[in-house]
Amino acid sequence: MNVVAKPKTNETSKWAWLLKCIKRDKYLLLMFLPIFAYYIIFRYIPMTGLIIAFKDFKPGGGIYHGKWVGLKWFIQFFDSPYAFRVIRNTVLISLYSLVFGFPVPIFFAICITEIKNMRFRRIVQTASYLPHFISTVVVVGMLNMFFTMNNGIVNNIIVKLGGEQINFLVNPKWFRTLYVGSGIWQHFGFNSIIYIATITGIDPSMYEVAKIDGITKFKEVIYITIPLIAPTIIILFILQLGNIMNVGFEKVFLMYSPAVYETADVISTYVYRKGIESSSYSFASAIGFFNSVINFVFVYVANRISRAVTQTSLW
Amino acid sequence: MRQKTDIGSDTLFYTIVYIIAIVGFIITLYPFIYILAVSFSSSHSVYRGEVFLWPVNPTVAGYKQVFKQNGLWTAYGNTFFYTVVGTIFNMVATTIAAYPLSRKQFFARRFLNFFIAFTMYFSGGLIPTYLLITNLGFYNSRWVMIIPSLLSTYNVMVCRSAFSNIPDEVIESAEIEGANDWQIFYGIAVRLVTPTLAVLTLYYAVGHWNEFFTALLYLSDNKLVPMQVLLRRVLIQSSSELMGGEVAADDKAAVSIQIRYVTIVVATLPILAIYPFLQKYFVKGIMLGAVKG
Repeated sequence: MNVVAKPKTNETSKWAWLLKCIKRDKYLLLMFLPIFAYYIIFRYIPMTGLIIAFKDFKPGGGIYHGKWVGLKWFIQFFDSPYAFRVIRNTVLISLYSLVFGFPVPIFFAICITEIKNMRFRRIVQTASYLPHFISTVVVVGMLNMFFTMNNGIVNNIIVKLGGEQINFLVNPKWFRTLYVGSGIWQHFGFNSIIYIATITGIDPSMYEVAKIDGITKFKEVIYITIPLIAPTIIILFILQLGNIMNVGFEKVFLMYSPAVYETADVISTYVYRKGIESSSYSFASAIGFFNSVINFVFVYVANRISRAVTQTSLW
Repeated sequence: MRQKTDIGSDTLFYTIVYIIAIVGFIITLYPFIYILAVSFSSSHSVYRGEVFLWPVNPTVAGYKQVFKQNGLWTAYGNTFFYTVVGTIFNMVATTIAAYPLSRKQFFARRFLNFFIAFTMYFSGGLIPTYLLITNLGFYNSRWVMIIPSLLSTYNVMVCRSAFSNIPDEVIESAEIEGANDWQIFYGIAVRLVTPTLAVLTLYYAVGHWNEFFTALLYLSDNKLVPMQVLLRRVLIQSSSELMGGEVAADDKAAVSIQIRYVTIVVATLPILAIYPFLQKYFVKGIMLGAVKG
């Protein structure tokens, strides 16, 4: 191996060291060059574009021109009744997804790994991942068709059972339930993979000792399985908590309509409507900037906590 | 020794386990079975709410109708193009990004790792990105589906950890024989991480197949839009463009319901068809992600 010792003192030898490194690693540098350019153009330049949040940007005027307006757009946002609504909806949708969606894959994984018939187990497992790979457009399309008043299967069944039709799609009370429920349906199987792998990795001798002691299966799960998958549960929980201000745009956008904005409109969809649809670029950037900063803080703190608690973090 | 009550409790335990597994199985699969059943039923049976599990008065009329529409084939072709070309670009970019970052002696490694990781924490967000991409002339260009999403930082990190698992001796012995970094990369390293590359290829390909938002933002030309945009118009905005003009007025409502179910089947079929062969890689993929970088 061709190691270049790093000098500590002399200024000129530092440059010489750098030159030597560049010469030695020239292929690696050349390989990374297009990637570097990509990150600068598509990831870092948009960050500098955030200055329009503090300016009065006019389309066609150029991002870096325009008059400085300070915090005008932020104040305008927080003074509007929409600020509270979109922040509340963002947090509530995340929170409900976390509270109702997080335990499901864990229960499912515990059950699946207790099944002794491998053929049956594989079929159930394989089927459970399937919805994860269906596009959001199709999932929302399915929701609309199943829950519509106009011959949707759910209302057909309700009527057959003697109930009254429910107008799920335009009733704000039902939006979060549909959003969270379909999210659980789509992802519980896929999210259970990591728990299944952790449980399968548990040393079988743990269970053998328990068998000799005559412990019931229920106690086995509570005293052996759950404690051993607890670190995985904690990391995933913390990381999801870090994403609490980050509700994906796509599914809400596809699902909602003005009739349900009251419970459905989240920060990202509001930014889209203000920015892309009404061309209030500066105003929308300010909201987006606010959201990015909050996200950054949440994800950063979540990672720090995860590292402290379990010695593991994403980065 | 086990008590009688313990054995009773174990029976209860397994009963619960099997019930949950079976319920989970039915919940995941039933919507798909229902969609298939509707798509093959006569539109009037669908309209009267008679279909629950099996096709009623089976017919392929819906499929015939949808296949006749040129719009479907254009969208299908576009999605195919974006998926194939996009995935090739993704994979080249991901490997050439990941390999230098995996080399322990590369002098810029720490800096560049931070350089890409930072973008996972913070981004310019929708509006600045939108302004940049439209300013660069990507609006209504096929390349908008490929270049701005050239790689995913998360996937680069997964690929990087695969490369760094290659034993040092393998690379050192190649260096002693006079191979340069580029030769080691495509001659040795890439071959040793093929399982990881297979998984990433699948992830990228599924991502392109299902991509909707980029097309919504930047493509308004009907000749360029992918399947997902057409799907949104048909499924969610109730567009009748796949229905054809010759449907009698009183049949419209019934036929339009059936057409939507047929469209779902047609758009999702490729994923459903290759899925059984690929699912073992998906599982492997999520475990790769769990390995910390």
